[in-house]
Amino acid sequence: MIRLHKVSKQFRTGVFALSDINFEVGKGEFVFLVGPTGSGKTTIFRLLTREALPTTGEIVVDDWDIVKLPVNKVSHLRKKIGVVFQDLKLLMDRTIFENIVLPLEVSGINAQDGKTVVEEIMERVGILAHRDKFPIQLSGGELQRVALARALTLSPDILLADEPTGNLDQATAFEIVKLLSEINQKGTTIIMATHNEDIVKALSKRIISLNEGQLVRDDNKNKNRAVAEHFYKKSGIIDTENKRSQVIKPKTTDTKKEEQDEDF
Amino acid sequence: MKTFKTTWRNIRRSPYQAFAAVFVMTLTFLFISFFTFLLYGSTKAISFFESRPQVTAFFRQEVKQKDIDNLKNTLMATNKIESIKFVSKQDALKIYREQNKSDSLLLELVTADILPASLEISTIKIADLSEINNMLKASVLVSEVIFQKDVVSVLTSWTNALRSIGLGLIIILSLVSIFIMVIIIGIKISQKKQDIEIMRLIGASGWYIRWPFIFEGIFYGGVGAILGWLISTGALWYATPFLSSFLKGIPIFPLSLVFLLGLLGIEIMVAVVLGTLASFVAVLRYLK
Repeated sequence: MIRLHKVSKQFRTGVFALSDINFEVGKGEFVFLVGPTGSGKTTIFRLLTREALPTTGEIVVDDWDIVKLPVNKVSHLRKKIGVVFQDLKLLMDRTIFENIVLPLEVSGINAQDGKTVVEEIMERVGILAHRDKFPIQLSGGELQRVALARALTLSPDILLADEPTGNLDQATAFEIVKLLSEINQKGTTIIMATHNEDIVKALSKRIISLNEGQLVRDDNKNKNRAVAEHFYKKSGIIDTENKRSQVIKPKTTDTKKEEQDEDF
Repeated sequence: MKTFKTTWRNIRRSPYQAFAAVFVMTLTFLFISFFTFLLYGSTKAISFFESRPQVTAFFRQEVKQKDIDNLKNTLMATNKIESIKFVSKQDALKIYREQNKSDSLLLELVTADILPASLEISTIKIADLSEINNMLKASVLVSEVIFQKDVVSVLTSWTNALRSIGLGLIIILSLVSIFIMVIIIGIKISQKKQDIEIMRLIGASGWYIRWPFIFEGIFYGGVGAILGWLISTGALWYATPFLSSFLKGIPIFPLSLVFLLGLLGIEIMVAVVLGTLASFVAVLRYLK
């Protein structure tokens, strides 16, 4: 579904944002993209949405060669990929409903025709009550949900979430991750960039680590589920006995926890 | 439909910029309307003077009707004559009496015998007047020739000058209004840069973003044309009684409704072209 082959991105200043990146993400996978600030996580997202072009290398998304993609096809690509931007990128002069319906409108679908779809998504992410409010009236967590809802409006095959839990308290962050997990279980490929060590530890998902623009680790093994359970219990946002079991596997040993810690 | 809604929202949310754009377009079309009225009026005036007898030849008292007919035939044979009218001594007396009906003393003094018969001649082309004038002067039958070439040629040269100056000013005003519109729409694009970036990132095509700005330019042009036409037509309607009495005898006023509506139609079309051009330049310049 997504393939990066020998991808490098050099800025005009000469600095390499990415160097020789190779990885593949299969359909329906959930991948964490981790690494410190400036490691190249956002650059990868920008390359995947053709917001930027790589200096060298090949990027394929769903059989589309991103580098060779004609300019007039870029909008089609972006409709296939839902993005939760780090800075959310919500239109402040539009209501929550208007923000979420925007992808439908840019696809030529009338807002009224897409009303049911949008309201279903709003219901799913828990913001239907804020339908007619403006972004300034919502809390950080609610805004993250709005951004997530907008990214889901066109039922994308791929969802890129860039720090969707940044600046959120732990409980709210886990609520967002829970939503992402549910979306992933319905078949959407998700790549989530995050700094949040706890969240990564909590979910047994593939982790791609970047450091200074280089891929330092691509670990696809299940990780420390004990930590995950701990955080889910702590946040109290899901039924630890039932719902969580769909996402989180039973505890493992302390040795594995140490292994997980090393990944960061 | 959505594009129109977005266009209207863009206009509503920056009323001062919209007002400035409409104002400059109104000014341009106000000038275009006034200039068209002036050109139309002067063209009508020229036609009026051209249709009047341009050369009048007065015959000597002793000239016979047969000789006058011969001269008339000779003139007609040149194929340069549009109309030729013989005015007999009796006709001349009628005209004289009509012109001086209020002065009984003048009426008493004049009889048909002392008034000369004449030929009133119009040529197809103004340029041929001189030749006809020379032919008449060379004839022994003719005592005097009155030649109106100067009036028409002065009027024609004035109209030509007016046309050149007016067209020059229209081009300058149109360019100024295009530049001002480019700046105004450019400012609006800059103000919405973040929104545009967001829309692009979520899959909006280039034209989805461009259309509202192009419609905005068309809107300003259209409203400016309608306002300019309304103001100029209103002013003309108000001034018609005064102009009619000032230009007594020259049938220009009132201007026909068909002409005025035709002018409105053409102005709206020009406005659409100007508005589209201005917004297109702005979009190309600011939405790379």
